[in-house]
Amino acid sequence: MNAKQLLKIRGLKIEGRSDETWTQIVNGIDLDLNRGEVLGLIGESGAGKSTVGLAAMGFARDGCRISGGSVEFDGVDLVQAPAATKRALLGKRIAYVAQSAAASFNPAHRIIDQHTEGPVQHGVMDKAESERDGMELYARLRLPNPDEIGFRYPHQVSGGQLQRAMTAMAMSCRPDLIIFDEPTTALDVTTQIEVLASIRDIVEQFDTAAIYITHDLAVVAQMADRIKVLLKGDEVEEADTRTMLSAPTEDYTKSLWAVRSFERPMKPSIPEGATPVVSLRNITAAYGTTDVLHDVSFDMHAGRTVAVVGESGSGKSTAARCITGLLPPRAGAIAFDGVDLPPDYRKRSKEQLRQVQMIYQMADTALNPRSTIGDIIGRPVQFYLGLRGAKKRARVEELLNQIELEPKQYIDRLPSELSGGQKQRIGIARALAAEPRFIICDEVTSALDQLVAEGILKLLARLQDELGLTYMFITHDLATVRAIADEVVVMKDGAVVEQGGKVEMFRPPHHPYTDLLLSSVPEMDPDWLDDLLKERGVDNIGDAAVGKM
Amino acid sequence: MNVVVGLVACVGFLVLAAWVFRFAGRLSGRTYFRDMELTTAFGWMLSVFVAFWGVYLYIFVESAVFFRWAVQGFVVFAIAAWLFRLLGRNLGPGGTRRLFRQMPLTASFGILIILLYAILAIFAGVLAPHGQEEIFAKVNVLPGGDPAIGGDPAHPLGTDQIGRDLLSRLIYGAQNTVGIAFATTLIAFLLGGTLGFLAATLGGWLDQLLSRMVDVLMAIPSLIFALLLMTIASAWAGSQPHLLTIYMILIIAVIDSTRVFRLARAVGGNIVVMDYIEAAKLRGEGMGYLIFKEILPNATAPLLAEFGLRFCFVFLTIASLSFLGVGIQPPLADWGTMVRDLSQFINFAAFSPLTAALPLMAAGAIALLTVAVNFVVDWMLHRSSGLKE
Repeated sequence: MNAKQLLKIRGLKIEGRSDETWTQIVNGIDLDLNRGEVLGLIGESGAGKSTVGLAAMGFARDGCRISGGSVEFDGVDLVQAPAATKRALLGKRIAYVAQSAAASFNPAHRIIDQHTEGPVQHGVMDKAESERDGMELYARLRLPNPDEIGFRYPHQVSGGQLQRAMTAMAMSCRPDLIIFDEPTTALDVTTQIEVLASIRDIVEQFDTAAIYITHDLAVVAQMADRIKVLLKGDEVEEADTRTMLSAPTEDYTKSLWAVRSFERPMKPSIPEGATPVVSLRNITAAYGTTDVLHDVSFDMHAGRTVAVVGESGSGKSTAARCITGLLPPRAGAIAFDGVDLPPDYRKRSKEQLRQVQMIYQMADTALNPRSTIGDIIGRPVQFYLGLRGAKKRARVEELLNQIELEPKQYIDRLPSELSGGQKQRIGIARALAAEPRFIICDEVTSALDQLVAEGILKLLARLQDELGLTYMFITHDLATVRAIADEVVVMKDGAVVEQGGKVEMFRPPHHPYTDLLLSSVPEMDPDWLDDLLKERGVDNIGDAAVGKM
Repeated sequence: MNVVVGLVACVGFLVLAAWVFRFAGRLSGRTYFRDMELTTAFGWMLSVFVAFWGVYLYIFVESAVFFRWAVQGFVVFAIAAWLFRLLGRNLGPGGTRRLFRQMPLTASFGILIILLYAILAIFAGVLAPHGQEEIFAKVNVLPGGDPAIGGDPAHPLGTDQIGRDLLSRLIYGAQNTVGIAFATTLIAFLLGGTLGFLAATLGGWLDQLLSRMVDVLMAIPSLIFALLLMTIASAWAGSQPHLLTIYMILIIAVIDSTRVFRLARAVGGNIVVMDYIEAAKLRGEGMGYLIFKEILPNATAPLLAEFGLRFCFVFLTIASLSFLGVGIQPPLADWGTMVRDLSQFINFAAFSPLTAALPLMAAGAIALLTVAVNFVVDWMLHRSSGLKE
């Protein structure tokens, strides 16, 4: 092993336990990492990237075991090392940053107390020193009020700040290696940039090696020196970032790269004087006494897709709740085909309820886990259309064919026996079963892998062309908007900031907030983040930029 | 003093043995021994020690009759449980086969014990050698059935102070105690479950009203509350023991239904916020469909598990009430009363260990059923949590 090499994994095999048998989930991965180098691990969910990341610390999750191979960290084989040796290394020389900082911090202790645990435990610094060091790290990570923020509890800071605090915590012992497991996946685009920039700076400053796990190619392009692509526990290929982006060799990698190119053809413009299918007029809505929507108005026309964009908390989902009648607005009206709908869903007729259907973000919670697929889709068929017995079954099979699932194979399964993408398809079929004219899609692809998400988008586009459906497409992902939308509505703090056709929206000049959103979407160009930071200035990224508007 | 010295010597010996055990293990170079804590090794040594002691008791100690029975019974039931599971895995439709394939041996053991109790309770009249109220001339016959030491083959477990056959009373006790406990738990679940789901689904003032009422009931210590109500009920029932039993069932059911209400409301509350409930509401479904088709199927696992636990608690409450003299009235046999009546026998432990073990028979019957029910409940909990993943 040469002096520069820090981590050397050879023939790593990991098994997972299910149904009382061990099945291999990682089939012999080799991995090399030099000091100060950042390696990106990408792949779909289930590819084994997190498992490999944890194994780099000599650790396997509950129900998993390292069954073969070696993980050599600076000359020590972590697989064979005694627990005491590993204890001395973990936290001090190897650190880990988890996906959800909100779930990983202990809510009962202040951030700085959790920060100092590692250094004190390993005898690197005493508590006072470590606290001072923590504040310095917070400042370097550009957290607001670095001297004060550590003394708050985790729930008192935002998600993006918490993620940076966690990075600071990982840095507290100045480790040689940090494993980042999807650190920005749960964040908004504008926050994501800030975290990305901070992580990259600090990794460079301390010359730390890192393994960066993500499923987002554009993110990994900014962060990594080299990229390794995994598929179902096997390595597909590995190359340095620029080569990988410009000239991938394997078909699978090419298909990953091609996802973002899906775009629908333009539709003819809306005829003058057409009645919109759904029209929101001056909607103001409140949870309790706090207004969350302020005077929101927009129209949605037949056969078109209106994308509603904004970060979390901007009121996109609240607008959908008003349309469905779950949250009766305080003022304003919602018209369907020019006729006002009763504000409360309990007052709406069956026919009115049938016309407005919804597809949810989390297919896991949107399908009753104890009902079979046939029952889930069959219920609206029976409820709205009165079909029973053989007729109902025929209709369910027809619907399953429409969503490209083999009826015979799936009709008697439970939701838990389906993959994430398949569950989302069932959600679509349930909405279609009511034969509605208008469907609300609430972040339907944000919980899915890119390839699967693309499949769902294509399916939705095809169904729209075949059935003339109108979609209200709620999303925070602008790549999705570019792919599927006809019109775009940008929301911020419960108000509409800008609206118009897709082409106009993606062409400058924009409203400054739209501009910020658009420019925050990571691109596949490895220089993108550098250029962006140069353009915006160090103090003017993410949160800071939002605050100034 | 001698006892303390002996105990310290014993523990010291075990620690030494543990250290030697771990040292010997490390010579083999296995990682398991290398990372082993001394406490773990101590645990191993202690279990080996206890196992040896058990073997010694089984083979060499003449008077440990009940211990031998218990060991034999345990072995027989373990083998039976294994065969039962094997049978389930190879017979019947695919659904039950899959169920049996994932079943741990403990669950199979628990199911068999429960089945045995059920059979005993249902066929008590046929299985018991004598009636539960029948009084024989022979008083205080020793258990074991050996005439040489004062036993009688007609009464394998002996007779009590007034000459009633103990084996028969034990079997009839299953009928009375288990039957009444089952009825009580069922009523508690019907009451608490229905109200809990209603409160979770409707919310608002109904939820407030029901929950606060339940809080008031739960604020009073349950056993004392039950005692108080039973005292009142016994005045109402007068000299009719059956009426008193019915009152007891109702009183315990109401008190226990508060716990069921809490659970049903909490579980229901978690389910009501799911997107699929929202989807059903937006579809325009009625309350009945929501509760029975959407909520109940997702709440069955925790409710069933709670049913098992609640059954044990009710069972113990009845036994305690009987022990205190306000529960099931004599001459009806029941396990709680039996423990109380036979408790003086413990005084003879120095002279006749067999006799002293008698009150433990009824107590053991209660304990065994409780353990069996909990084995099954554990398995159900495991299954329900596994399905959610």
